Amino acid sequence: MAKKIFAKLYIALILVVLYAPIVFIAVFSFTEAKSLGNWTGFSFSLYKSLFTGGMQNSSGLISAVNNTLLIALVASAIATVLGTVAAIGIFNMKGRSKQAIQFLNNIPMINPDIITGVSLFLLFVFLHISQGYLTVILAHVTFCTPYVVLNVLPKLHQMNPNIYEAALDLGATPMQALRKVLVPVLRPGMISGFILSFTMSLDDFAVTFFTRGTIGLDTLSTFIYTDARKGGLTPELKPLMTIIFLIILVVLLAMNLKKTKNQNE
Amino acid sequence: MGKRSSWALPYAIFLILFVAVPLLLVVLYSFQDASGRFTFANITKFFTDKDALSTFALSIEVAIENTALCILIGYPAAYILADKQLNRSAVTVVLFILPMWVNALMRTLATAELFTMAGIQLGKGTLLFGMCYDYLPFMIYPIYNTLAKMDRSYAEAAADLGAGPFTVFRKVTLPLSMPGIASGVLMVFMPTVSTFAISEFLTNNKIKLFGTIIQENINNSMWNYGAALSLIMLIIIGLTSFLGKKDEAGVQGGAV
Repeated sequence: MAKKIFAKLYIALILVVLYAPIVFIAVFSFTEAKSLGNWTGFSFSLYKSLFTGGMQNSSGLISAVNNTLLIALVASAIATVLGTVAAIGIFNMKGRSKQAIQFLNNIPMINPDIITGVSLFLLFVFLHISQGYLTVILAHVTFCTPYVVLNVLPKLHQMNPNIYEAALDLGATPMQALRKVLVPVLRPGMISGFILSFTMSLDDFAVTFFTRGTIGLDTLSTFIYTDARKGGLTPELKPLMTIIFLIILVVLLAMNLKKTKNQNE
Repeated sequence: MGKRSSWALPYAIFLILFVAVPLLLVVLYSFQDASGRFTFANITKFFTDKDALSTFALSIEVAIENTALCILIGYPAAYILADKQLNRSAVTVVLFILPMWVNALMRTLATAELFTMAGIQLGKGTLLFGMCYDYLPFMIYPIYNTLAKMDRSYAEAAADLGAGPFTVFRKVTLPLSMPGIASGVLMVFMPTVSTFAISEFLTNNKIKLFGTIIQENINNSMWNYGAALSLIMLIIIGLTSFLGKKDEAGVQGGAV
């Protein structure tokens, strides 16, 4: 019993520390003061200016949010298609070429962000490609696709290869067999690959930082970095982060409660 | 499935263009001067630059300390989470991963602000705490995964054969969870060596880590020296993941 209480206390203590900064941001989003940690009475004014655009750097923050979502959506969609097709190919490969492609596929996952960022920066400089949306999206596809491949491959290994052959024997064209047999089997892997890619793209800082060029393209991460280095954070970031956190909290808890419920039934 | 192996071709070309060639360019730029002539100057510059060397040593030190701290704090947490008698809720596990979805830079800024409010000076102590805070979930999750999948009957058998709880842990549970620790180390050590924004925020720019010097050189158009520094980091990473793999293989071989 004492062991159980100690275990619960330990977990609770770590959770308190993990959540302290987030709670801190959330609490101080309900006051007017510009800087974090400065309480000047309860107020919704930061939420109001976030939504009505009455803030100083409003266009910057809003376009940063839009860019983050747009880049994450486009990059993870491309990564999902590219990675799934690649996984089917890799699954059917043999020998050295299979090893080689799997080795290359592992590199972006092992490399720290800064190396991925610097090496791609050098590539774009070398090829004289001007950096902007296109280069950032290409860079995000580079570090996302390996995760899609790794999520789709196990589904191929679990699949009974005879089903696909049976579809062909029964008169399905290869395209129909792909759409009606292969894709449904691979879908869970594709979905988890997409979600993983999307979250990694959203959270990326270093790779974007090195590949965004000098056209003033900002995602949320680079916006926060530049803002913090200039001295003061845009105060509306506090309500924005609070809202993002609440959305994720609700979605994840709902997903998990549903999963537990399904398991219990 | 016929000629389906050719489906990997587009991705193979993509990998060569965006993974292999960029890494070769890091090597190429490391051995060139600004006008493109071959030189060892960038490499010798690093080994004769006292500031760069001490920053490098400090980065490795901080990364080792942070990794050790994450194992010390994270292992018991993963153990508790994976133990069905101590924790029955899957939601608790989700609670540990959830903070990672809030922008890491924003969380780090808030952590630094909390320290300032508490009157704690920003420096190496806060750097370590903040890094551990940022990377702890990356250590807990892989260890939790291996422990949750582990066959408990090994531990029970050891206990039946007369091993005390400590011996069971040391001789059965810990060796079987080594693959989880190894992937946790990979996920914590390398990002810690290379981080730049997080260390800048947590120490108010007082302490520079290796990532910051790479960033400064690249941003100030010193591409060749920046590339040479990246190459040195690449070598360190290659060595760590090689050693990690060897370790993992050895442990798996030993446990079976």
